[in-house]
Amino acid sequence: MMKHSVILEYKRCRGCTTCIKNCPTEAIRVRNGKATILNERCIDCGKCIQVCPHKAIKSVSDSLEKLEKYQYRVALPDPSLYGQFQHLDDIDIVLNGLLKIGFQKVFETARAAEILSDYARHAISSGENKVMPQISSACPTILRLIRTRFPKLIPNVNPTITPVELAAILARREAVAETGLPPEEIGVFSIVPCSSQVTAAHTPEGLEKPVLDGAFAIRDIYLRLLGPMRDLEEVKPMTSAGIMGVGWACCGGESAARLGQSYLAVDGIENCINMLEEIEDGRLPEADFIELCACTQGCVGGCLTVENPYGARMRIKKLMKGLPVSRSRYDFRSGDRALVRVERELQYLPSFQLDQDRGAALEKLVKIEELERSLPGLDCGSCGAPSCHALAEDVVQGRASMEDCIFKVRERMQYMAGTGDADEYLPAPFRQRRVPGKKPEGGSRN
Amino acid sequence: MGDLKLNYEVDGGDLIQAGEASSKMKMTLKKLGLPPEVIRRASICMYEGEINMVIHADGGQVEVDVGMDTITIRLTDHGPGIPDVDQAMEEGFSTAGDVARDLGFGAGMGLPNMKRCSDDMQIDTQVGVGTTVTMKIHIN
Repeated sequence: MMKHSVILEYKRCRGCTTCIKNCPTEAIRVRNGKATILNERCIDCGKCIQVCPHKAIKSVSDSLEKLEKYQYRVALPDPSLYGQFQHLDDIDIVLNGLLKIGFQKVFETARAAEILSDYARHAISSGENKVMPQISSACPTILRLIRTRFPKLIPNVNPTITPVELAAILARREAVAETGLPPEEIGVFSIVPCSSQVTAAHTPEGLEKPVLDGAFAIRDIYLRLLGPMRDLEEVKPMTSAGIMGVGWACCGGESAARLGQSYLAVDGIENCINMLEEIEDGRLPEADFIELCACTQGCVGGCLTVENPYGARMRIKKLMKGLPVSRSRYDFRSGDRALVRVERELQYLPSFQLDQDRGAALEKLVKIEELERSLPGLDCGSCGAPSCHALAEDVVQGRASMEDCIFKVRERMQYMAGTGDADEYLPAPFRQRRVPGKKPEGGSRN
Repeated sequence: MGDLKLNYEVDGGDLIQAGEASSKMKMTLKKLGLPPEVIRRASICMYEGEINMVIHADGGQVEVDVGMDTITIRLTDHGPGIPDVDQAMEEGFSTAGDVARDLGFGAGMGLPNMKRCSDDMQIDTQVGVGTTVTMKIHIN
């Protein structure tokens, strides 16, 4: 079973239908007045966190108290963190600030990203046999989306680990060498822009075991950093990544660092889904590389960031201006060629399949289509499912009843009480006739 | 047990929306748990057919019948008909207009692709009346 970091705070949830209508995988239902997440369908994209008007959906990142468990603590800041601060003209200020809030060492995720870019360029020029187009493996939400809905494209996914995973492996090695401490005394923590990276820290997609000890939300680190960043007495030079690494914070950065490939860089989860549909049908044969970022503008648009994605992007671009192109390379001589490769291929998770048995699934689908035809087709969400089709599917799967549909209730009430009476119990948009003596509000002007 | 029947209406003149029906069908086939390759072939057949109906015939209807062994896709339009089916089946032959070509369509690969991706394809066409293309894709 998939583990998730997206959770609901029931006290705050009012059972409105905003989240169910916005969830790209139809993974949320409102039941008994509260939203519930269908675990196997959730891909941790964080869309619900962004749209919930009552802030009832959250991502549980690790508590900062976790730091106390380790003698030596390493921070792996995502490059999107650099875009959160107004008037910041030097990345070193952020990195030095991290040393003041409980970390003894900083390893930039951007540096690992740059190493991965270098590795990718070598792989491209060596003409290694690959299934084209290659799909980026950097966004864990996209990986989960492919696992559940686009199994045909699993072989297209780049067989390399994510930048933050590589950063964790390298940072722990460096820390062991520098301190002489055993690896388990060293706490390696990512500072991440989204719920999906929190989940990935604990349940990686391409590795057998987690390489991180936890993940903190940019949002939680941000306020703690502001003071120390302002009060720094000296700023030691610490940055180790160039334009190519920092560029991964925004959609298109990873692609650009592959140099000269024809690529598509797509942001926003719905756009990504549409693009995967097209690639699946072979409609973009000329593309070499597809970078898919679940969030608007890429990681800078993550649901755990502070600044809006466009502002953060602008600042990152400005910070990049003062950097060299690339500073970190993949060490091909060390003999550790497997370092950046995934340990296991993605596994297909058929969470949309109605039944293991094809005959039974077909029977269910026939039934779903039949039920759907008897529903109004308004996709109003009043039943707690995102669409009439989803309700029909829930009914057939035993998760809901046709009586959850307000129109079905009206039919029954009409049968029992007559047309007029039944109408008055329905919300205004669903009434068939006007209430006597009341003028319709709004509408025509004369 | 009856087969699953899906019906889609394809609007004419809207190349941007074209492909919507094939996306919907694809999702339905995934819910059945059909082999990905079968889904891909069915989806290409339907997508190309949809595009053809939009470009040449001002839209039409798609009926999909999913049985245990076979997927049947029938595309029906009331367009101009195809005067020479053999010529239309040639790779690279197209009568698509400038608008469609500007959008990257009209490469003359539609019908050949449909033929290649289906196990059986029948074209019934009458000039001035319309065209019906029926494709079968075997599941196993």
